[in-house]
Amino acid sequence: MEVRVANVRKEFDRFPALHDVSLDIKSGELIALLGPSGSGKTTLLRLIAGLERPTRGNIFFGDEDASHKSIQDRNVGFVFQHYALFRHMTVADNIGFGLKVRHGPSRPPAQEIRRRASELLDLVQLSGLEKRYPAQLSGGQRQRVALARAMAIEPKVLLLDEPFGALDAQVRRELRRWLREIHDATGHTTVFVTHDQEEALELADRVVVMSQGRIEQVGTADDIYDTPNSPFVYGFIGESSSLPVKVENGEIWLADRPIGLAAPNEPSGDATLYFRPHDVELLDGCSGCIAGTVAASRRVAGTRRVELEIGGERQRVEIELPVDHPAAHKSRVAFRPGRWKLFPAS
Amino acid sequence: MTTAPAQAGWRFRQPSVIPGFGLTLGFSLAYLTLIILIPLSGLIWRSAALGWPEFWAIATDRRTINALEISFGTAFIAAAVNVVFGTLVAWVLVRYRFPGRRIVDAMVDLPFALPTAVAGIALTTLYAPNGWIGKLLMPLGIKVAYTPLGIVIALIFIGLPFVVRTVQPIMEEIDKEVEEAAATLGASRFQIITRILFPGLAPAITTGFSLAFARGVGEYGSVIFIAGNLPYKSEIAPLLIVIRLEEYNYPAATAIAAIMLFLSFLMLLIVNLAQSWSRKRYG
Repeated sequence: MEVRVANVRKEFDRFPALHDVSLDIKSGELIALLGPSGSGKTTLLRLIAGLERPTRGNIFFGDEDASHKSIQDRNVGFVFQHYALFRHMTVADNIGFGLKVRHGPSRPPAQEIRRRASELLDLVQLSGLEKRYPAQLSGGQRQRVALARAMAIEPKVLLLDEPFGALDAQVRRELRRWLREIHDATGHTTVFVTHDQEEALELADRVVVMSQGRIEQVGTADDIYDTPNSPFVYGFIGESSSLPVKVENGEIWLADRPIGLAAPNEPSGDATLYFRPHDVELLDGCSGCIAGTVAASRRVAGTRRVELEIGGERQRVEIELPVDHPAAHKSRVAFRPGRWKLFPAS
Repeated sequence: MTTAPAQAGWRFRQPSVIPGFGLTLGFSLAYLTLIILIPLSGLIWRSAALGWPEFWAIATDRRTINALEISFGTAFIAAAVNVVFGTLVAWVLVRYRFPGRRIVDAMVDLPFALPTAVAGIALTTLYAPNGWIGKLLMPLGIKVAYTPLGIVIALIFIGLPFVVRTVQPIMEEIDKEVEEAAATLGASRFQIITRILFPGLAPAITTGFSLAFARGVGEYGSVIFIAGNLPYKSEIAPLLIVIRLEEYNYPAATAIAAIMLFLSFLMLLIVNLAQSWSRKRYG
């Protein structure tokens, strides 16, 4: 089912949590809402679910305006960070709950509900745990049960609020892969909230980057990582370094020297240069480059991260070098960013 | 056999690294013995001196049986009523913010603080045939004061805070997300209350019930004013004990007390077992 968020604004006690947000979610898509805390990502998810009402704007499920439908009628599957399982019910009863509370002919017979519950348990790889209580399961197992419960009602969309946030790193990685498999198998339109960019970029078809109640950028992992459209996205996604520079006649200047990068379409004036620490070209001499003295050098996993002090202002930037690169032992390193982007100085 | 001897029979649960296990356990046992066990065993001992046939005669005496029935029956009804309305009061206090909420919250505790005789006199004045409420009920043929109904009303008054104060904190801890989860699954408000919230509150409600019930069984001060104390009709067991005492019939008094003790202990034990069973299951 397609979901369309149209010009939605949400205020809590007059404090705006979302400003005029619009978003189109395609049918069958797996989409991530990514942002720091307070960016409004959970609020947006809860608005889609109907757990909150928008102050302004509409939410469409397909062509139908769902903004004023009750939560019960929206038929969404919602998975909470802390599972929110019913403690006094067995795993099977938890999963069957959504079917059991239906009325009249839409309510399947008890036997059918049991069959469906054990089918879903197979899907989430917990067969045989029907009779357990939530207290007897591990965190990862509980979240699987929560997902099975949400899927039992055949929801139009599946909404997950930091589904792996309360789990440890190992289980998280495992469940991430597993969620992708389930999504590919069932084809539910799925929206999940996360503050973990690795999770978002690895798992989602498209990532929605949010900040301060606004959507900053929507795109595939490649779009978001390679062509960030704002300083926020550049800084938030992946590693980044930045330097204050000046643009004059289509050339980028750092203090009083050009650094050999041409920016013919940029207006002249102050700007900030963003680049990825690993995407730099090391140079021997320096005519048209960025050069700095090595202030610190750290080994991080497979690379060496070198901190440089640049120019008289002693601006610090980070670059990454191969572990055995000789430049790491020099006192002075010159480089030029490979891929970079300029944003007007704020 | 050179290994350490296997521990047989009783063993204490492994104490924590914090010292003082022996001291606190010893103190607790000594304290409970002094405060509860010695007086109660004195009671048993006195009634045991009675001899079985005499004890049985007192126990099966019509007046004793009626008094016990009235005591336990009215306490049960009052506790049941308090479970319903006490839970409702707790719900209102926890879920809604309204002006005067703190005053209502404080008011719930008043039956704890008020001398029970004062409560009894006040209720009697209200419910007597010429009292404010009694006057209105009289034409309907409902007589409250000087009947078992009056006893129930007094016990409801006395027992309310027990239910409210045990249910309220558990209700406050209910995870909002669990309700939201039920709502997204299509459960109506009513279904959420009956299928999700109520089962979660059941242990607290049971505790509140048993506390209110236990209090009701033992209540004396407020009841004797409103009950009318007619033998066989509205005479409660604690009053019968006092009557026997005033007659210097100590064996009969202790015998009735021992029966009450036994019945109360049995009830509380059953409630506790039920709770530990549900705790084991639901964690």
